[in-house]
Amino acid sequence: MLSTLHHPPRRLSRFFPANNKPRHFHTKPVLSSSQPVTDQSPSSTSPPESQILSIRHSLLSREVTATQLAETYLSRLKLAEPQLKSFIHVSNNVLKEAQSIDDKIKRNENVGPLAGVLVGVKDNICTVDMPSTAGSRVLENYRPPFDATAVKKVKEFDGIVVGKTNLDEFGMGSTTESSSFQVTANPWDISRVPGGSSGGSAAAVSARQCVVSLGSDTGGSVRQPASFCGVVGLKPTYGRVSRYGLIAYASSLDVIGCFGSSVADTGILLSAISGHDRLDATSSKQEVPDFTSQLISAALLESKPLKGLKVGVIRETLENGVDSGVKSTVLGAVSHLEELGCTLSEVSLPSFSLGLPAYYILASSESSSNLSRYDGVRYGNQAAAEDLNALYGDSRAKGFGSEVKMRILMGTYALSAGYYDAYYKRAQQVRTLIQKSFKTALDENDILISPAAPSAAYKIGEKKNDPLAMYSGDIMTVNVNLAGLPALVLPCGFVEGGPIGLPVGLQMIGAAFDEGKLLKVGHIFEQTLQGCRFVPPLIADGIPQ
Amino acid sequence: MASFLFRTIQSHSFLLCPTTLLRRNNGAFYCSMKSTHTQTATQEKQQPPPKIKSSPQGNQAKTRTLDRISKEYEAIIGIETHVQLSTLTKAFCTCPYNYGAQPNTSVCPICMGLPGALPVVNSKVVEFAVKLGLALNCKLSFNSKFDRKQYFYPDLPKGYQISQFDIPIATGGYLDVDLPVEYGGGHRRFGITRVHMEEDAGKLLHADDGEYSQEITFPIIYALQVDLNRAGVPLLEIVSEPDMRTGLEAAEYAAELQRLVRYLGVSNGNMQEGSLRCDVNVSIRPVGQSKFGTKVEIKNLNSFSSINRAIDFEIARQALLYSQGKADQIVQETRLWEEGSQKTVTMRKKEGLADYRYFPEPDLPEVILNKEYVDSIQSSLPELPEMKRRRYEEMGLSMQDVLFLANDINVARFFDATIEKGADVKLAANWIMGDIAAYMKNEKLTINEIKLSAAELAELIASIKGATISGKIGKEILFELMAKGGTVKGIIIEKDLVQIVDPSEIEKMVDKVLSENPKQLEQYRGGKTKLQGFFAGQVMKISKGKANPGLLNKILLEKLNAKS
Repeated sequence: MLSTLHHPPRRLSRFFPANNKPRHFHTKPVLSSSQPVTDQSPSSTSPPESQILSIRHSLLSREVTATQLAETYLSRLKLAEPQLKSFIHVSNNVLKEAQSIDDKIKRNENVGPLAGVLVGVKDNICTVDMPSTAGSRVLENYRPPFDATAVKKVKEFDGIVVGKTNLDEFGMGSTTESSSFQVTANPWDISRVPGGSSGGSAAAVSARQCVVSLGSDTGGSVRQPASFCGVVGLKPTYGRVSRYGLIAYASSLDVIGCFGSSVADTGILLSAISGHDRLDATSSKQEVPDFTSQLISAALLESKPLKGLKVGVIRETLENGVDSGVKSTVLGAVSHLEELGCTLSEVSLPSFSLGLPAYYILASSESSSNLSRYDGVRYGNQAAAEDLNALYGDSRAKGFGSEVKMRILMGTYALSAGYYDAYYKRAQQVRTLIQKSFKTALDENDILISPAAPSAAYKIGEKKNDPLAMYSGDIMTVNVNLAGLPALVLPCGFVEGGPIGLPVGLQMIGAAFDEGKLLKVGHIFEQTLQGCRFVPPLIADGIPQ
Repeated sequence: MASFLFRTIQSHSFLLCPTTLLRRNNGAFYCSMKSTHTQTATQEKQQPPPKIKSSPQGNQAKTRTLDRISKEYEAIIGIETHVQLSTLTKAFCTCPYNYGAQPNTSVCPICMGLPGALPVVNSKVVEFAVKLGLALNCKLSFNSKFDRKQYFYPDLPKGYQISQFDIPIATGGYLDVDLPVEYGGGHRRFGITRVHMEEDAGKLLHADDGEYSQEITFPIIYALQVDLNRAGVPLLEIVSEPDMRTGLEAAEYAAELQRLVRYLGVSNGNMQEGSLRCDVNVSIRPVGQSKFGTKVEIKNLNSFSSINRAIDFEIARQALLYSQGKADQIVQETRLWEEGSQKTVTMRKKEGLADYRYFPEPDLPEVILNKEYVDSIQSSLPELPEMKRRRYEEMGLSMQDVLFLANDINVARFFDATIEKGADVKLAANWIMGDIAAYMKNEKLTINEIKLSAAELAELIASIKGATISGKIGKEILFELMAKGGTVKGIIIEKDLVQIVDPSEIEKMVDKVLSENPKQLEQYRGGKTKLQGFFAGQVMKISKGKANPGLLNKILLEKLNAKS
């Protein structure tokens, strides 16, 4: 079936036209000295450091207080917010919580690994003291009586939830434009989308409105916005992180994921939120390793730190339909990996192109069921109506946006008697095929790589009326959800566009529960990438007009 | 805690129209915390299963019609039963369920279907399903799964019910039933199509009086409220083969199922509380025809006798239509049994097959059973009603006795324990079915609530048999034991009740009585022999009831007849 896998690994010379050497990237001054940012490294092009570790160091050495840090982030958040609109709600308790961290430190008490770290939380993840709307009118002003398990864990580790970030309604979308409340802008070019559906969480980390953030990824909703916003995004293995408290879109595909400005931060956040949860029957009992223990400091790296690592480049992800700039940037990343000692080969996933239709059938089917509970009877907005059918119909008609309605209709259709076998069942069969082909490819390779998205960030409104064009942008990511595998997206270069270029993300896909390897490889890749500093102009140049 | 989740908005009126279930003037559908005065806060105790009452005598002509046409038509009856499991917590969350609790006091984010909440299977539900599956002689699915059954209704918080669709946990079994002797008796085996696990829905209640409403089907002049206490309570749905032919058979099938779940301890089986709910499907066909007739579903059957009567009514109704050449008026529909008028009435006509858009529940892993697990449950099963009846039969008891004793597991346990202590089988059965049952009925107590223990009953029986006490004294002691407890020996000593079996002592008493009643003695000897009873009573009186009756009579007769 996968005939190419039996070929001896070969160098990927065919990807490189003779006249097109792997690009290294233009750089840009990162910060003006007037910026109220305390956490920037001295060199404008040095690789990103872990903000979480540096915050911890500053706090424990008493260089800075959690309150000061929180004030810095909050003031930047407020400065950027009018243009970015990353947040649906900002917590009123940030300074109070920072103060209690400071009190603990003053009393020489132990503080958790996320002490003083401001964490943005996607608004489809339940928080007890803040609204949780999933970006939908139907849940406007809804406040859950419980914290999602991931949020609970962040709080237990002394992280501070700074606010709830914007998203496509119920996570359905790739641009964050289908939020019922606001359109989030991309910090690299505010006329462009941040990607989606976790656009708010990606933009907030990119613009340093918070240190790290939680998102959710059903078909690429963490990875594609990470690529668009030039940050690190991690989609864990299905079951690695409890879904309890994640407002369901498609239960068999949904995972909570992490955003950070460095691979290390993403790994630290993942360590915090991972693990079995008795409230989620689909959460795994697989042991959770310390994902950061294998991260080696750049200074200690050997010349070929990834020697022997087998990397498969997914052929189908670099074929037609991929933006040429994205393609050459990713091929640049390929040659970078090669320089690090990796053995590269081309891998074919013949069922790859089936992933998109299978994904949209399965995700729509599950969502049509998951969203049945928004009937206006118990919570959320309820329409005044004359009879029961009108009550249901009007509450849902007024509460849901058009993208959500479209997917409910598609899903209801796919599950209907007489169509089930042709759609839902067939899509499940495709899913099994995809799982098998990934399994085979990952038996042969340590990781697989592909672009995170076929293009860089596009203009707001550009694909709003062309859902098929928008859906096709998910081609790089949906297969990974269907297979339940972990994937890391990290910035690997730029393409032309916007004031200073637009970031491009590289996707690394690992075997189930092998996030540790992805983080290790990603960290080395990131620390050795020359000449790239992924700080958007919104921060680099102050808040632009 | 939950109060802020609920809103109370004013109540409204509803009217029925064919296409819409509810109509109201303005405003909202809502949940509330309002209490219902019709509910009691405590769980009602389990009552022994009632005997199925016979059809009402009714008018003779109707009975005759039924008799005549029942010979020409054959009824095909199948039953769907929902059994509410008596697990400590609900099926997918940790809320307890107490029947009759204040509305919406036993709810949590999971059973209320709040956004982000996820179900986790209560392992007891699977265990109980396996138990019942084995007890019904079913084949178990070692690999089953949960599915979502989707429909909108205000008592269904998630908009879908977690159930099992194409792979139920148990299939293809049977249930053995002994029909009551007074109806001709007989043994029947009814097929079981499937057993599957699912969750219950909440309840709708009328806002103004707190009365629960069954269905929104008839003109409703109240606003409705939703009580989600019952939402998420585990159920087993048991679907029978269409093997029943009469209302009685159907009622006996249901009664046997109730007995079974009580024997297994998986449910209290209480029909009034809705822990055991039966919906029956009835169709008829001319005898000899193999094609089934149009099937009608009957709901609102709250007792075995209503099952019996509703089916017999329905058979008569359909047969009458058939015999009048109006078979086309029998349509596929759901009918409601009205207890007041003793009739079934149309509730809703089926508008084609409902599409529940079943698909596998993605929030729950598959239900995997292994052999060790099933074997351990199999070996822990108690003696089931059918096995018990066959054993009692072999012990020489009449079918009437067998059915009585095995009817209620607690009575059966009491009987078994009495036998185990060495009591005579027939005597033990007689005591239990006679004075003990009468006492329980009068005092409205269960056998577990009376103070008498099985060991003491055995002792009592032995004491009578061994002539320590008379049967009459035994009866007195029995009532003392049932009401106050204590031991047979203790009461005998305390009240000095040991039977007098010394002939000389009895002779003294007889002599005393004869000498004190010379007039009566003369009359006796003059031929009025029925005065023997008078003398015996006098002797018994002065012996304080302790004289051995056999000896007394023997000695008395000897003395009475000696000089004549």
